[in-house]
Amino acid sequence: ISDRKATVNSSDGAQKLLRERLCHQKLPDQPVGLDSQYKHLLELLRRTAVHGESNSVLIVGPRGSGKTMLLGCVLRELMSLREVQKNVLLVELNGLLQTDDKIALKEITRQLHLENVVGDKVFGSFAENLAFLLEALKKGDKSSSRPVLFVLDEFDLFAHHKNQTLLYNLLDVSQSAQTPVAVVGLTCRLDVLELLEKRVKSRFSHRQIHLFSSLSFGQYVDVVRAQLSLPPDFPDPKFSDEWNHSVTKLCEDKTVEEILRRNFNGSKDFRSLHSLLFLAVSRVSVSHSTLREADLIEACRLISADSKANVLHGLSILELCLIIAMKHLNDTYDGEPFNFQMVHNEFKKFIQRKSHSIHKFEKPVVMKAFEHLLQLELVRPVDSGVCKVQREYQLMRLMLEHGQVMEALQKYPQCPTDVKQWALSAFG
Amino acid sequence: MSRYITRLRMRRAYKWNGRPVSKDRKLKRQYYESMSISVEGKTEDVTVSLGQYILIEGDDDDNPFVAQLLKLYTDDSGKKKTAVVQWFVRTCEVPQNKRKLLGRHPHPQEIFFYQDCSCDNEVDGETILGAVQIEYVPVEDPFPKGKSKGILFVKLLWDTKSFRALDPELMQPPQSSKSPPPSSRGPQTRALPTPDLSVMKRAMSGILTRGSMSTGKMSSSEAESLHSASKLSAAKALSAKRRSRAVSGPHVRKKLDLCSPSKNMTRDDVLGEILDEHTEKTLTSKLNTSPTGRISISIRLTRLNLNEEECVSPLSSHSPDKPRMTAYDKDESTSVFLGVQPFGDDDAEPLISTCRTPRKREATPRSAGLRGLKARTPSRRKDALREPALAALAEEEHEDSPVQTAATPRSKRKSAQLVSSRIRKQLNLLGNTVDLQSDGVDGDDDDCFVPAKIDLQSSSDEEEEAKIDSEDELIVKKRRGSGTSRSTEKTRVSARTPRKTPSKKTAPATPHTPRHATPSIPSRSAPARKPGNVLEEARDIYNFVESKVIDGTGGCMYISGVPGTGKTATVHEVIRSLQQSAEQDEIPHLRFIEINGMKMTDPHQAYVQILQKLTDQKATPDHAAALLEKRFSAPAPKKETTVLLVDEVRHLLLVTLISIGYFLFIILFDWPTRRNARLVVLTIANTMDLPERIMINRVASRLGLTRMSFQPYTFKQLQQIITSRLNRVKAFEEDALQLVSRKVAALSGDARRCLDICRRATEICEHSGSQKNSSGLVGMSHVMEALDEMFSSSYIAAIRCASVQEQLFLRAVIAEFRRLGLEEATFQQVFVQHQALCRVEGLQPVNVSEGLTVCQRLGSCRLILLEGSRLDLFLRIRLNVSQDDVLYALKAD
Repeated sequence: ISDRKATVNSSDGAQKLLRERLCHQKLPDQPVGLDSQYKHLLELLRRTAVHGESNSVLIVGPRGSGKTMLLGCVLRELMSLREVQKNVLLVELNGLLQTDDKIALKEITRQLHLENVVGDKVFGSFAENLAFLLEALKKGDKSSSRPVLFVLDEFDLFAHHKNQTLLYNLLDVSQSAQTPVAVVGLTCRLDVLELLEKRVKSRFSHRQIHLFSSLSFGQYVDVVRAQLSLPPDFPDPKFSDEWNHSVTKLCEDKTVEEILRRNFNGSKDFRSLHSLLFLAVSRVSVSHSTLREADLIEACRLISADSKANVLHGLSILELCLIIAMKHLNDTYDGEPFNFQMVHNEFKKFIQRKSHSIHKFEKPVVMKAFEHLLQLELVRPVDSGVCKVQREYQLMRLMLEHGQVMEALQKYPQCPTDVKQWALSAFG
Repeated sequence: MSRYITRLRMRRAYKWNGRPVSKDRKLKRQYYESMSISVEGKTEDVTVSLGQYILIEGDDDDNPFVAQLLKLYTDDSGKKKTAVVQWFVRTCEVPQNKRKLLGRHPHPQEIFFYQDCSCDNEVDGETILGAVQIEYVPVEDPFPKGKSKGILFVKLLWDTKSFRALDPELMQPPQSSKSPPPSSRGPQTRALPTPDLSVMKRAMSGILTRGSMSTGKMSSSEAESLHSASKLSAAKALSAKRRSRAVSGPHVRKKLDLCSPSKNMTRDDVLGEILDEHTEKTLTSKLNTSPTGRISISIRLTRLNLNEEECVSPLSSHSPDKPRMTAYDKDESTSVFLGVQPFGDDDAEPLISTCRTPRKREATPRSAGLRGLKARTPSRRKDALREPALAALAEEEHEDSPVQTAATPRSKRKSAQLVSSRIRKQLNLLGNTVDLQSDGVDGDDDDCFVPAKIDLQSSSDEEEEAKIDSEDELIVKKRRGSGTSRSTEKTRVSARTPRKTPSKKTAPATPHTPRHATPSIPSRSAPARKPGNVLEEARDIYNFVESKVIDGTGGCMYISGVPGTGKTATVHEVIRSLQQSAEQDEIPHLRFIEINGMKMTDPHQAYVQILQKLTDQKATPDHAAALLEKRFSAPAPKKETTVLLVDEVRHLLLVTLISIGYFLFIILFDWPTRRNARLVVLTIANTMDLPERIMINRVASRLGLTRMSFQPYTFKQLQQIITSRLNRVKAFEEDALQLVSRKVAALSGDARRCLDICRRATEICEHSGSQKNSSGLVGMSHVMEALDEMFSSSYIAAIRCASVQEQLFLRAVIAEFRRLGLEEATFQQVFVQHQALCRVEGLQPVNVSEGLTVCQRLGSCRLILLEGSRLDLFLRIRLNVSQDDVLYALKAD
């Protein structure tokens, strides 16, 4: 019993550890494949922190490429220096949270612990706030004041603030001999510089760190292995050995490789990989305490499932028939919009000519089914505005691809053959 | 007061001996063989003749310049005496970092034959002090001992780059002289080499050109003695010397003497004679007129000097009284005379001994020398501290080039700092003298503003500026060569001196170790302190504000220019110099208020900020507006002028015209026109036609704008900026500098960009340098890399690094565009293409969800532009990159 208990504990522990790792709750020990960028950023921030040199930099990379992770790792290392630890002030802003300069300024003052300096009164107006902050930054100088690191996540959103006041002022400070600041912007937009006004742009140092992954598939698989392996300090060495062995074997498996390659082809970033692995790891249980290829296949199926095809599975036969009718209309009229009446006619033709299993439906019933499709947004009115046209004649568009319909039909449980044949036939 | 008198120059009279030997009709010159110099108070005259070695007045009384007289001639009028000479340099004139090329300790009496064709060899005949004895010593021979200290030895030749053995031929007289010189040798040929093609280049590279020296010689009619005694390190002395040379134009000094309130009026006539006609005229007229900017400047200078002296005298090791007394004792005829026996430590500096010859009167060490030395060094330091940006540079310098650190007083070593801070404390008052003096020069001659502006910028900058200016230098030299009226020439020259003199120092500092050699220049691109490039503009602004301040009227100026052209920096410098003048009671007091349209949340805040800065009151915008209205309708209190700088004025005007923004504009531009308001408004914006666009006629007519447009920097200016920021560290290869400046000039002319690139290039160099161990300088490759990093579009890299499906999607987009003949497609259309491509490539076709994910990911990078994300399948797709780029990127893959 105790043996069994130990296994349960170990497998729980392993799962917890891996989940933490895959959910980005812990920074990795070392960013993968970003060594030069890591060095560059570290050196840059170190100069600000230690020497008080102002600077500004943009970290640009597609979503999920590890911008925040990179910065996190750099800051972790930077903060581990003793001289930096006490000397650096960190201000973190996010363009999604600080939607205008007023909020951003409040946040900066809060993070710099300057609210109390203003005295007893509640922190003043936006104008006062700005003047105050600028004054504070201006007073500092290279040698005496603590360097401030400004981290602007979603940097591009700050560029949409009115007049780009905040950016202008931050970058202006970074260009002049005031309090040493480093402005680090994170963004996924490659054209972010074009968003900046020219006076702001002139003040930006034009340093960009690009995070483009140039990983090969082999390295990708290595990363998968590393991500899934348990660390050597895992409490149950026997379990961990077993687990790691199974992971190694798993990565050599053909099917798994195919899944991974498909994922790799889709996107090289680790975030999508993590969500795949997360699903697989979640399927590990006491009964089968190692990761099997079936888990991965299932995870892959879940993750690459087409959302609309899934919706189609839940439709009634009538609704399905309407979808097929719309598909035929689309084929016939080359994607021109249609209205309910046309769909109904098409459907009636099918009932009269080919259908054996489906009985005739009243028009209101068909209408009801059509409206259900409208609610599911499988069909959409062409002009969403208020229109005086009767519902039957309102122009609609099918929001489904040809392939999606066919795939749904294939998988639809107990789909009548005549419906299937109708769908396959070239013209209604 | 009496101390001041000692500073006055001794009077000399120059006379031709005999008849002209030849005449050049074309040039209208008459050549003479010898000239006699009679010194007031001395009975016997000194005769200098061709081929003789002579001393020429320089900035440094201890070490006047040495030369051989080659020709003497006069122009038609007979007033202007010109001498053609072959220069010799003293050890102290050789750039410090080059001295070690000698490979041994220089003999104290050693001088070097100077060979540099870029150097002007014509000097004003009236700067000749007297004769000196020079002996040629063959290279292998030791220096003869026991000879008089008045004799100088020449052994080697210095051609600005290296020491070479001197061919004795060069020292040989060209012809047997009719009047044999005191030295055993006869007159010699002009030993200058034939004009060299590389002159320009060398001048550019900032290596010591003789021109700089000769200018110094030419310009200094009143030299300053310098005590490069053992007490202070040679480096300090040198820097002090440089400084003093840089700032104390002789003209200024002269004028200063003349206008000095401390001076007895009885001496006017004496002084008047010293000065040539032109100067005399202008000066006396100035004296008579009510105080204008110019005259007041000289007065201020005088005071300052007094201060300086008074403050420093306790510091100087020996009482300044002593020399003065000696002067009185020795010289019975006039108290103005100042020839002083060297005392105390002149042994430490045997070169001084040349001055013992009775004819030379200026070569004595004076307390002034020490004063100048002490007073100036700290001022320079102070400047360095004043500018953190530069301090940063200095710090880096400190790290990277140990030579420098040791040599410059900016060294951060504790002990040095301690001493310096102590000195600084005592001399706090004097800190600004340097700038002020050069200011004085500005006042004198408009042309002089050009260099003087640089002077104002930051003194540490200016010193290293030499490289840049060598071109100007050449021009000046040429101009000087023609030997025209003394006064104008001289002012120009003196004004240029500050920029030129340092050229001596600019020679590349050879890095010690490769690692440290990689100088990291954190060219912190402080927008301020752009060393003098917008000189014209600066002068205009200066004149504008100054005239308004002096007249007590108001006015408005509109300054426009693209970002990074130094608009704000220039205005700040102008204001700084004006305020310094004001401190000296030069011009009426002025008050400077600065607001920045970008640094406030809405235009109404402008009132609040102006009011707060003006009176320290806080008020709501409306109230503030009312208060300000009142303040500027009434005559200004205290008769002081308010200078209001409105930066980024455009942002104050964004509000519609009807509302307060319009009112604000009226206020901004209307106030200045009110009588007695004494408000000068300087507005800065990017766009040139802002007044036309924003203002309606009524406002425009009020403006009566003085306008100014800042042009983007040219590549030469950018090069100057970099060089000056480099602070004399030889960190960049010439070509690399050129590349950066040309590239930036071609793109934007933005100085900030330029500095950013350099900064990045040094970082790249630093990182790569540790491996390759190459020259240690930032080379072309590093700059190219930095340029690539900053300018190259990242789109292609992004496409290359994209995943397979993303690349396929892009190809599908292009295929669809081609099919449609349009530049826009819906997702559905592209998706069909995408699936087809997948099949072609043998990949499993993606489903719609996956396809949309890919599409969105590309969209978030802005490789493609998406419109109507709610439309799902009917999402409209456009490319954000050109099709060719995409294909290129994909093909290369």
